[in-house]
Amino acid sequence: MSFHHISLIINGEQELADISANMTLLDLLRETLVFTGTKNGCAAGECGPCTVLLNGEPVNSCLVLAIECQGQEITTVEGLAQDKRLDPIQDAIMEAGGVQCGFCTPGILIASKALLDRNPDPSVSEIKAALVGNLCRCTGYLRIIDAVQQAART
Amino acid sequence: MNAYPKLPEFDYIKPQSYKEASQFLISHAGEARLFIGGTDLFVQMRDRVYKPKYLVDVKGLDGMDEITFLPSQGLTIGAGVNMNRVIADAHIKQHYPILAEAAESVASYQLRTRASIVGNICNASPAGDTIGACLLLEGVLIIFGEDGEREETLSTFFLGPGKTTLRAGDVVAAIRFPIPPDGMKGRYIKLGRNQLSDLSIVGVTVLGYPEGESDSGYHFELALASVAPIPLVVKQVGEILGREPITDDTLQEAARAAMDVCTPIDDVRGSAKYRKLMVRNLSYNALKDVWGQLTGESR
Repeated sequence: MSFHHISLIINGEQELADISANMTLLDLLRETLVFTGTKNGCAAGECGPCTVLLNGEPVNSCLVLAIECQGQEITTVEGLAQDKRLDPIQDAIMEAGGVQCGFCTPGILIASKALLDRNPDPSVSEIKAALVGNLCRCTGYLRIIDAVQQAART
Repeated sequence: MNAYPKLPEFDYIKPQSYKEASQFLISHAGEARLFIGGTDLFVQMRDRVYKPKYLVDVKGLDGMDEITFLPSQGLTIGAGVNMNRVIADAHIKQHYPILAEAAESVASYQLRTRASIVGNICNASPAGDTIGACLLLEGVLIIFGEDGEREETLSTFFLGPGKTTLRAGDVVAAIRFPIPPDGMKGRYIKLGRNQLSDLSIVGVTVLGYPEGESDSGYHFELALASVAPIPLVVKQVGEILGREPITDDTLQEAARAAMDVCTPIDDVRGSAKYRKLMVRNLSYNALKDVWGQLTGESR
């Protein structure tokens, strides 16, 4: 198996890592660089808590090879807050009660942030469509949708 | 079940040219696989369906990341263009909206950041959501292989589930579409186990446009997903709706023809019998919808 030395930007800071070819971006984040906010769920691109931004676009990090991220920019849930202030979507999901067990929350936050970046005023159906790849077993989704709408207003 | 499944071991290869990619794939035939987004391949590798010794990443080869539209020639979508870009592209929205509609039915936004139209085609799943639209829009694949560049029409490309006419060393660079006929309308109706994001139990793609030469004054085409070993174009629909005036009866006759020619199987997503009936119902709905669009009636 091939091994590689890569350099990438995670949450605005350069990170270096020695990786094997079969390491996914999710493996790299959680196991090597210890960005454990990003979660491993199905590892098959179905459930969404592994969602991170790759060059500003959301991806399932379980289905991206770490080697593909050489020189790329990654944003994880740890990178949403700026200057010790939470992102509006983080404030909103707490206020709306959109967190219960919390396992899906990092992926929901990233997918919602990406939605609001490309569409600052989404309708309920647009929010549902954007979050279709993020399963939540606790909330029933209504408060998550409320949170995205609330964040859109701020 | 492995709670933390890993991909099997492989070497990662990033060729710099089509020729290099093609030669590597030929000299390592049987042990190398190429990939673009990996949304299907990586899952199958986890499940140990495939254990390639080499993974060849062809994203980033010349032109793969481009969408070009020329009013005189048509549309070319590079193999590395992801589905979200296809959905958002202004030319595709205007001239090939059925392509965007079908792409939007695929999985989730984050999966579509990695999934591509060409990947969907080369994966050759009978359930591929965008394949029907690509077939009906007369897509042609641009392929670099052992003997250089060639074109291959999609209508003869599929041989069976996961099987195509691609040979060792072939790298699909792009898919090209001609300018669509004036006034073309389309609809993709997908039946999944849930409203959004699931694989299709049945997928129906319909295109229709005014055509002076046919007796009805219109031409219709219909393609089906998930109800045959390969994506299925139902020629009878065009014949039935071309030869006599279009009425509710002829739309229903065409939908029955679609039901009669498909050959679904029982699987975890639905029974063959259910699929047949859904093909009839959804074909009728899709045909009626497109007919409504063509005649200016609301859906």
